[in-house]
Amino acid sequence: MLVFSTHDAAVFLLTGAPFWGMPPGASLHSPAIDALMRTSLGILLGFLLLAQVLAFTGLFLAPRAKTRFSAPWRWGMLVVLVALFVWMTAVAEHLWTATSIAKAEANAVQVEVTGVQFEWYFRYPGPDGVYGRTRPELIDAAGGNPLGVDPNDPHSKDDLVRSVLVLPVGEEVHVQLRAQDVIHGFFIPAMRVKLNAVPGRVTQLHFTPMKTGSYAIVCSQVCGLGHYRMHAELRVVTAAEFAQWQAQQEAAQAEP
Amino acid sequence: MDESLKKRSRFRRCVLTTDHRVIGMQYLWLGLAAVTCGTLLSLLMRIHLVWPNTAMPGYGMLKPEDYLALVTIHGTLMIFFVLTAAPQNGLASLVLPGQIGARRMVFPVLNALSFWIVLGSLLVLLATFAVTGGAPISGWTSYPPLSAIAGAGPGQAMGMDLWLVSIALFCFGSILSAISVIATVLLRRAPGMTWMRMPLTVWSWFVGACMIVPAFSVLLAAATMLFSDRHMGTSFFLPAVDVVSGHILHRAGGSPLLWLHLFWFFGHPEVYIAVLPAMGLTSALLANFSRRPPISYRAMVYATIAIGVLGFMVWGHHMFVSGMNPYASRSFSLTTIAIAVPSTIEVILWLGTLMGGGLRRTTPLLFTLGFLSMFITGGATGPILAQPVLDSYLHNTYFVVAHFHLVMGMAGVFALFAAVYYWFPLMTGRMMNEALGKWHFWLTLVGAYAVFFPMHWAGLAGEPRHYAQLTGTAAYLAQLVPLQKFISLAAFALGAAQLLFVWNLLHSMRHGRIAARNPWQATTLEWSEAYAEDAPENAQTVMVGGPYEYSLPHDQAGTAIPCETIVERE
Repeated sequence: MLVFSTHDAAVFLLTGAPFWGMPPGASLHSPAIDALMRTSLGILLGFLLLAQVLAFTGLFLAPRAKTRFSAPWRWGMLVVLVALFVWMTAVAEHLWTATSIAKAEANAVQVEVTGVQFEWYFRYPGPDGVYGRTRPELIDAAGGNPLGVDPNDPHSKDDLVRSVLVLPVGEEVHVQLRAQDVIHGFFIPAMRVKLNAVPGRVTQLHFTPMKTGSYAIVCSQVCGLGHYRMHAELRVVTAAEFAQWQAQQEAAQAEP
Repeated sequence: MDESLKKRSRFRRCVLTTDHRVIGMQYLWLGLAAVTCGTLLSLLMRIHLVWPNTAMPGYGMLKPEDYLALVTIHGTLMIFFVLTAAPQNGLASLVLPGQIGARRMVFPVLNALSFWIVLGSLLVLLATFAVTGGAPISGWTSYPPLSAIAGAGPGQAMGMDLWLVSIALFCFGSILSAISVIATVLLRRAPGMTWMRMPLTVWSWFVGACMIVPAFSVLLAAATMLFSDRHMGTSFFLPAVDVVSGHILHRAGGSPLLWLHLFWFFGHPEVYIAVLPAMGLTSALLANFSRRPPISYRAMVYATIAIGVLGFMVWGHHMFVSGMNPYASRSFSLTTIAIAVPSTIEVILWLGTLMGGGLRRTTPLLFTLGFLSMFITGGATGPILAQPVLDSYLHNTYFVVAHFHLVMGMAGVFALFAAVYYWFPLMTGRMMNEALGKWHFWLTLVGAYAVFFPMHWAGLAGEPRHYAQLTGTAAYLAQLVPLQKFISLAAFALGAAQLLFVWNLLHSMRHGRIAARNPWQATTLEWSEAYAEDAPENAQTVMVGGPYEYSLPHDQAGTAIPCETIVERE
């Protein structure tokens, strides 16, 4: 059984995934993030193997009055490592500015994501661009109002609430994250984004999908017994398909 | 002597004692019991993760909530009762007074009390499995509102209350132990034992104890606040409106993020509390078995202090995806990179000692190398996780599970094994079996890598933690089942290898080779004649040299401990 599993693991490592294992990135920033990840992993893996070799060869060396790893080498090693940390930090902070410190563009596609044990709901504000008011007393998932959208608010008439996230390719999306009950973790591996949805707060993230296709959305913060099965689909479509989808959904909602 | 009196005195000697050495051993036994439970729980998790439809004998099918309950108690046992109670509270009590030339601790009763409170805490924790709803399912970090509302899941009612009681007791017990350590170092050092002559182990325990007092005080406060949110209608951590499965809860309005700040203000120092004793021990044992002083004793001391101080400034790196202000993430990222520097200095200096060669290849040395190997491998991913933009992908994936199990879990456990093999003669007067010890080392080293290294790939592939199973979830996770099956089998092998240790321990206690007074030819005071049990009560040790005055070429027969013993006249 062990041999079988070793074989399986080897097959996975050799074919199931590229050597660093990340699923193909599909967002604007994913090439830069992946490049930093690969380079950092590669360099640190090199240093860690070197350190392991040094540690274990020490076992077999004859004694010397002075260490073979003399002061200039030690200082050199420290300077190189600190320089590496500084370089990594500089590149990473530059990217962090682009992904998280910069705000979403004003014309970005707006979506509100709500985490509820153990579902994700996606709300589009509709043509008016404003989300209708929600009231906790109105929450009724079985009755078709999982977010408690208030029908008396005129802004809520054109709000679309769906359990699949559909987005147009090449356009930035501004996500406002909410949670009704406990903290959930909104994670789209292919878009390289993750942020917690926190009850009582609205957290915000933005990203730009660059490839059409279907991607997994999962929950990354333990939220209860159904945590593992709290997942949804992100469908990235062309701009035309997105406009058509939105119009269809609005029309379907307008008919009683 | 009367038989009943003899029994009572034995009970007094072994149980109701204030002898710091016995208390240290009690802590180690408690750690062994906790690590055994924690390991068994993790094996159940490994079975459920990859074979979710396997019935457990005598229990039946494990449910997803059972898996999360196992996760919570596994984490709590390992972090608190194994990686804190044994190396910090336990080893400090066992060895620290001897190493500074003190016959007893400043507050012996406090020290004894700390053990009994921690034991109580352990029993309360294990009792969570027996109450209605079972053990809590919110993980060892217990983020509210999941941990604040009884209706949020099974185990979040009585189980969660007991968990909080257990944590509060543990905080209290550990603070008492830390106060006892701090006071003893401040007040009971032998004449001549200046700060810069203290063994590096003592420095580690001292800095660790100085971290425990504020860190565990904050956790105690946070646990009390959470308990109050649960039962007294307060809302430190609950938002104004929270809707759990249709029930609307109105409160004054607090923030779940406050818990994260308080918890990690404790939680990150805790990581260093767990690993500092291991770092001190590594410096000491490498000096001994290479027969040369540390390359720079002062650098080691300053690095230890730097870690202690910086350890309180990095907690936010656990919160990069929590919704915290991204500028705050930036500053925590910078302090985190800063704390990598003292750790890097220590690793480079240890490697320098090793490259001098001529090592005595004893079992304690091998386990010290094991600590170093794990610390390097786990530490190497630290600078990656310290970057918010990379952590945004890796946070709460198996990559993090691999990181902390290597750098804290396995490193800490290897150091604990090194400590037990090294100080076994001090505890029992006997040696542990070296051949068995070496087998135990190599099997554990290979096993630990087989279990934890592949987890990096699972994390990079995007597998989140705390998933009870890989079926019935997002489709891409199914490709990870073979890898996880391999890890499960490796975990069983790693667990089985520990039976060698248990056998060696139990057998050597009664039948091990009789140890010499100073079997490792160490130069620290715990091995000196003045500290022997039959030494005169009024003997006073005077330190006349540094702690690691080894020199090459060395006299194989023995090394002088740089101290003089004066027996004061009545």
